[in-house]
Amino acid sequence: MTYEFLVASAIGVLVAGGIFLALRARTFQVVLGLTLLSYAVNLFLFASGRLVLNRPPIWDKAVTEYTDPLPQALVLTAIVITFGMTAFVVILALRSFLESGSDHVDGDTVTGDAQDSLASDDTHGERP
Amino acid sequence: MAIPLTLITLVALPFLAALMIALLHDASRAVHSGIAGGASALGLGLLVMLAGPVIGGDVPSASWQWVPSLGLDLTLMVDPLGLLFGGLILGIGLLVVIFAHFYLYAGEATGRFFASLMLFQGAMLGIVIAGNVLLLLVFWELTSLSSFLLIGFWQHKAEARQGARMALAITGGGGLALIGGMVLLGLIAGSFDLATILERGDLVRASPLYPVMLGLILIGCFTKSAQFPFHFWLPHAMAAPTPVSAYLHSATMVKAGVFLLARLWPVLAGTEAFTVIVSSVGLVTMVFGAGVALFRHDLKSILAYSTISQLGLLVMLLGFSLEMAALAAVLHILNHAAFKAALFMSAGIVEHETGTRDIRRLGGLAKVMPITALIATLAAASMAGLPPLGGFISKELMLYQTPDLVLLGLPWLVPALATIGATLSVGYSLRLARHLFFGHPREAEPHARAHDPGFGMWAAPAVLTLLAVLLGLIPMLLAGPLVGAVTGAVIGGAAPEFDLALWHGVNLALILSLIAVAGGVLLLWQHARLLTLWERAGLPDAKQMYERTIGFADTWVRKAIVATHTPSLQRMLLASFAVIVALVIDGALVGGGVFTGTRLGLPASPPAIIAWVLLIAATAAVVNDSRNRFRVLIYISAIGLIVSLAFVRFSAPDLALTQISVEVVTILLLLLALNLLPKDPPLLSAAPRKWRDGALAIVGGVLIGGVAWAMLTRDPGASIAAYHLANAKPGGGGTNVVNVILVDFRAFDTLGEIIVLGIAGLGIFALLDTTAVGAAGARLRRWREDMPHSPERHPMMLLMASRIVLPLTLTVGIFLFLRGHNQPGGGFIAALVVAIAFLVQYLAAGFDWSDARRRFSEHRLIAWGVLTAMATGLGAVVFGANFLTSTFDYFTLPLIGEFELASAMLFDVGVFLTVFGAVMLALAQLSHIAQRAARAHAATLADEKDAP
Repeated sequence: MTYEFLVASAIGVLVAGGIFLALRARTFQVVLGLTLLSYAVNLFLFASGRLVLNRPPIWDKAVTEYTDPLPQALVLTAIVITFGMTAFVVILALRSFLESGSDHVDGDTVTGDAQDSLASDDTHGERP
Repeated sequence: MAIPLTLITLVALPFLAALMIALLHDASRAVHSGIAGGASALGLGLLVMLAGPVIGGDVPSASWQWVPSLGLDLTLMVDPLGLLFGGLILGIGLLVVIFAHFYLYAGEATGRFFASLMLFQGAMLGIVIAGNVLLLLVFWELTSLSSFLLIGFWQHKAEARQGARMALAITGGGGLALIGGMVLLGLIAGSFDLATILERGDLVRASPLYPVMLGLILIGCFTKSAQFPFHFWLPHAMAAPTPVSAYLHSATMVKAGVFLLARLWPVLAGTEAFTVIVSSVGLVTMVFGAGVALFRHDLKSILAYSTISQLGLLVMLLGFSLEMAALAAVLHILNHAAFKAALFMSAGIVEHETGTRDIRRLGGLAKVMPITALIATLAAASMAGLPPLGGFISKELMLYQTPDLVLLGLPWLVPALATIGATLSVGYSLRLARHLFFGHPREAEPHARAHDPGFGMWAAPAVLTLLAVLLGLIPMLLAGPLVGAVTGAVIGGAAPEFDLALWHGVNLALILSLIAVAGGVLLLWQHARLLTLWERAGLPDAKQMYERTIGFADTWVRKAIVATHTPSLQRMLLASFAVIVALVIDGALVGGGVFTGTRLGLPASPPAIIAWVLLIAATAAVVNDSRNRFRVLIYISAIGLIVSLAFVRFSAPDLALTQISVEVVTILLLLLALNLLPKDPPLLSAAPRKWRDGALAIVGGVLIGGVAWAMLTRDPGASIAAYHLANAKPGGGGTNVVNVILVDFRAFDTLGEIIVLGIAGLGIFALLDTTAVGAAGARLRRWREDMPHSPERHPMMLLMASRIVLPLTLTVGIFLFLRGHNQPGGGFIAALVVAIAFLVQYLAAGFDWSDARRRFSEHRLIAWGVLTAMATGLGAVVFGANFLTSTFDYFTLPLIGEFELASAMLFDVGVFLTVFGAVMLALAQLSHIAQRAARAHAATLADEKDAP
């Protein structure tokens, strides 16, 4: 087994999990899905510099071979921005829950999920 | 004064006045009108200084480069045409300011009124003295916008808002067409400089693009000048205060289209398309407008339709493509500006003094307001084209020209229609004067309170009427040289020989004129009978058609939006993912199908395989167990940890540090949010939906994983990595290449990123700060702790440990920051580590305790961070380098030894401050809300205990 296979398959698994969760009906699950997708995207971007062992891009007179620093710089800011985005979405979800009493991504009454919404009302009983 | 300075002052004055008035919006009406009037008078003075040389044949101009790559220069020039219009704009502007000072009531928003008025004046002036067609477009758009503000000045009235919106939709839409036409014109002529374009008329007319360009420019002109069928916005714009109508609809806004036709006459006119389209549109508009005006009852509506008709006349004259017709147009522009502004102001006086504008309720006003009656009657006579007034001369000139144009192969058509138009004009002008001022009063109430206004209010229309009279009595003396020079400018050569006089002997024009006057008197005599016929005919209302069109568009656009952009996040995401999957499949098919590349793989170590298994298991657990929300957070953090380890393994220490610190912050955030969110929601989607989503997810995962595999098994192409590696130390002064890229090579990116992060932090603050009110506040107060909690709110062990750890963590943060340029670390990582140090205090000791000891404001941190980063970038500009260029040097201090200082370090300080501020703002605010909810809960519990 090679590292390349491990990384590529991990990206694939994260994407699959991310897509599935992003399509769920609850805000929290959508946030989880976005988090998984972000891991996958960041890993993918990073991998575009290819996998290199023990050659960090710290310049030294004695070293001639380094890994590509550019994807790393891009991914570094991407990780921080991912946090900003996740935080914003989480707070948006929280606020919309507080405003509407439902943490359903499409509000309470979306066709196809009618049963779910009814069930959630039973639990929380907070229809405004 | 030097010419360039004069010209720039001329254009800048109204805008400066608008700014001053806006700044002094609380001052009195006199201050506002004083500034506006002073600026207009000063501008008029400057223009008069230029008048002599301009009429003598000189064209003062000045040019500054603005956007040379687009051909957009700030070119200003005053030729005779610009002088005429500039004089009207400033002269009538001054009179309108005086009139408005008395017309507006003290309590009204005079600051907003005069500021908008001056904005409009500046925009109009810009149009007429712009020497670059792109610049002209800028001012053209500005007139649409500022007239929107003026027409909608009385915001509380629905018809003012509707009228303003309609005017903006029509003239703004025409403006879009005009942009297209002007850009085409510039491309055909090979220059956007007006003087150059005007010399290349033959080139333009020969171009195959000429018809398209002509059509677009004409749409712009016709919408602005309210030509049929775009005329209907003008009567509805009458919802504006009367001074605005007097200004916009006599001499300025609606004349802009006529001005542009005259301005581009040497380039556009002369072709058959131009002559037929422009003259027939003008002719139809003239007859149509005059016909409608005859049967209107609102004074301003009568004037609006008469304006439409008169504009039609001007457009028709310019459409003749004849030099003498152009001369007649020039003279009539002058006449119309004088009598129409005077009439609008008179209508304003009548409304002001009687309280109504309905001509059916008025009558016999000459007895009670003789001065107004005299002014308005003379102006109306000029509008009717009666001798010895100015209107007579220009109408004679117009009628004299009509036989020269043959439309539809019928030589009598144009003279006949023009005579009908003239007859109707006489009819509505006479009716206006007769029904308003003579005869007996129709209703007692408005008549009883009516009286002449003070001098200040009738002075302005009096001046204009005097002008209208003198233009008839001494036309050559008053306007001869100006009209000649302007005509020369319009036709792009020497003006034809002409003599302006009341008496030219008996000719066809005189006969047609007599017919028109006789017909007009007949119309007035039979007006009541004609009115019943007209009302019975029930002609279609253009406003209704407009509203139906808008309503139709509204309905269908809404339907299209709902169809394509469903209000369901789930459906939208499903569509997005499906499209992405389809694109990847398409790309893979195009790529040729070789899946695995030739790059040799690196054999994986056993611990790596274990980590991989853990990651996959954790992902599966997140998906499978996503309803148990707290346990999911543990799985998520396991994934984050493994990703960080992967970064360590694959030579990315900076990424590993960032990922692991972000991980901590993210988990804290999710924990805090989850505290308030529902924890154990019941089973979610129905089974078929799960299968469908699961299938899409698996296809997507396999595809993206496959793409990653295909990429990883191929060697990278030529990369710019080598440049970065080679220049990091000599150019950026740092050995940590990733950090040098962030703060130096790609610092502009980083600047954008920290700004985004700062905005996200502020957005979170805005979302959370307002949760205390409304439904959210009520729900927050009703919040119940639904998790088992430790009886000890702030465990002593954690509390003490966190306080000991704080200085240590801060030291680590500072260390990471300082070494960041050369070793893994830097502003991003240090900010996250320091933020964690503080957040642990919040966690251990609670929000209140920590917040009370907080010595910094997160908002300021974000602001200072962004400002520091920008100032560093601008510092480079001060030293003549590009934005964000960095510099560094080595210094020596006793004890410490040699060390390096790089300006990029200062940029990194900005990064640090912003990231720290944004993270703290988001989490502290969230913990604040949580604390508030918990306190409300505790209070309720206490209440329940007190009152069992």
